[in-house]
Amino acid sequence: MDRLPRWADVALVPFVSLTLAAIISALVIVAIGQDPWEAITVMVQGSVMNAYGWGYTLYYATSFIFTGLAVTVAFHAGLFNIGGEGQAQLGGLGVALTLLFIPWPHWTIALVAASLGAALFGAAWAAIPAYLQAKRGSHIVITTIMFNYIAASLMIFMLVDVLRPPGKMDPATANFPPATHLPSFNEIPGLNLIFTSGVPANVTFFIALAMAVVVWLLLWRTRLGYQIRAFGKSEPAARYAGINPTKIIMIAMLISGGLAGLMAINNVMGEAERLLGNSASGAGFIGIAVALMGRNHPIGVVLAALLFGFLFQGGAELGLWTKIPIELRTVVQGLVILFTGALDMMVRMLLVRIFALFRTSRLEAA
Amino acid sequence: MDYATLLQLLDSTLRLATPLLLACLAGLYSERSGVFDIGLEGKMLVAAMCAGAVAFYTGSAWLGALAGIGGSLIFALIHGVTSITFRGNQLIAGVALNFLASGLTVLTAQALFGQGGRTPPLTGAARFGELTLPFAEALRPVPLIGPLYAEVISGHSVLVYMAFAIVALTWWVLYRTRYGLRLRAVGENPAAVDTAGVSVAGLRFSAVMVTGVLCGLAGAYMATALQAGFGKEMTAGRGYIALAALIFAKWRPVQAMWACLLFGFFQALATRPDIVEGIVRVKVPVSFIEALPYILTVIVLAGFIGKAIPPRAGGEPYVKER
Repeated sequence: MDRLPRWADVALVPFVSLTLAAIISALVIVAIGQDPWEAITVMVQGSVMNAYGWGYTLYYATSFIFTGLAVTVAFHAGLFNIGGEGQAQLGGLGVALTLLFIPWPHWTIALVAASLGAALFGAAWAAIPAYLQAKRGSHIVITTIMFNYIAASLMIFMLVDVLRPPGKMDPATANFPPATHLPSFNEIPGLNLIFTSGVPANVTFFIALAMAVVVWLLLWRTRLGYQIRAFGKSEPAARYAGINPTKIIMIAMLISGGLAGLMAINNVMGEAERLLGNSASGAGFIGIAVALMGRNHPIGVVLAALLFGFLFQGGAELGLWTKIPIELRTVVQGLVILFTGALDMMVRMLLVRIFALFRTSRLEAA
Repeated sequence: MDYATLLQLLDSTLRLATPLLLACLAGLYSERSGVFDIGLEGKMLVAAMCAGAVAFYTGSAWLGALAGIGGSLIFALIHGVTSITFRGNQLIAGVALNFLASGLTVLTAQALFGQGGRTPPLTGAARFGELTLPFAEALRPVPLIGPLYAEVISGHSVLVYMAFAIVALTWWVLYRTRYGLRLRAVGENPAAVDTAGVSVAGLRFSAVMVTGVLCGLAGAYMATALQAGFGKEMTAGRGYIALAALIFAKWRPVQAMWACLLFGFFQALATRPDIVEGIVRVKVPVSFIEALPYILTVIVLAGFIGKAIPPRAGGEPYVKER
């Protein structure tokens, strides 16, 4: 098969995939008797046309950057980590335990501690599937799916039987101490000129961006990153080059789990300020779509996370103002994963044909 | 725990094991042919919605089941085209189809009925009724076996008995027919099958379609037999438990039946925490019983109870010439 030019590979393939997903989404909206144009207008109005909407879009995007990076790091090692959801929930547990039982004097110190707690718990939850993959050859996809369910059960147990304050009915922890409150965009000097009303987006957004840079440095500027990528491209070649497979699988999955866990500082510490049931609310799964759409590059992940933040906030607006159910988000998410992830080859074959057509016509002209 | 309670528990075990069993056998065909399918959950969900909707409109559970199979087949076809024709990543395709199913079912049910993504409750012939097996009442007075026959074995919908019949059928197809031999071969070494002049893509497509039919039955059972109508996310992870059972059974039909019965038993136990408490004398969190199938699967995957080796060519698209 002919190769595509680099610009087509980087930009055109995702664009075509995304367009296909958008067209089918529009058809779905038509099929349920609604107006796709109205849908897109409502979504744009509610998510990016005012500061309030941006406050939510960026909040969601923050979570998706973390989970997208998590999937990305694992992908580069040739591992498909579907367990981001469970790891993010465990990250929430890490945040809750750090913040509930230690009286932190200031949010900055609390943030550092909670980040460590979140990353540690997320990484620990990824460690067992990683070990089983590395040492016993158990397929990481299946084990991480199982661990998502085990995590869900564990969290119900922790929230109902262990962490729920006495006398309370809802399965949630007590509120975190006020001293651990993270500044939202409307409380940050400078930004509060734009964000005048209360929004959930908070300082975690900048940590997410920083993590994107860190992941880029790790993957393309360090020896470890080189080893991870080499291992992901070809395990026998990496082994031959003296790279220890067990070590790479473990490290890649620990980083991946840690990143997924870190998401909890955005939603648990930054927004809810207590640990609720199903805290990750699907962001772990969206990480898969974000990583695939972002072509497993941190820049792509940040852009894809913004797009999904828009989709998430816009979708919520759809549920509020139109007759289109909020579940349209899940449909779009599925379509994006299908076209950018599974049908990648189809899009490429299509584009190669088109490019070949142009080339022959140019040759004939000359 | 007395005998009557045990019978109750076994009765609901059978009810709850059936959708797992149908989905598990569904997965068996696809995975034996070398196509991983983590989209069982999605196909069941689509089938449940189609079955619930059509059964409501027509008042016939059988037409509902047919519609369920149809809906599931469409998803199976997409999975086949993606992973066989376009050689896409089978796992990613499965994940995508699960999300698609989760969203589309609610959108469709909401557009059709406007009841918050549910179908209206089904009554009468729109549901599969309970069959009373012959002599169930006559044999009831027989000690031990009589109540077992009357309470546990008898009195289920026809789909339950079909599911167990399909276990036998699958065993026969897999180990006693030419198609079964080829199916097992194509999952282990597609190149050999290709050399023998049999179409790898054709075999795999046929297996994926069988998966669609069986997932359709599983979903139809959920909406028209186990419950009365479709509800949002009603399969609740059963597709993944079925996948777990398939691994637990090491991709063999009879063992799959036992695995599904075991996992069905856990699900039945999870609805009766009082019984568990009575036996072990300690308060066991329900969430622990619910997580047991997953924990057991991880232990099996880890190779502590015999090693689970998947079909060798599973997950890899077949490229005819290199």
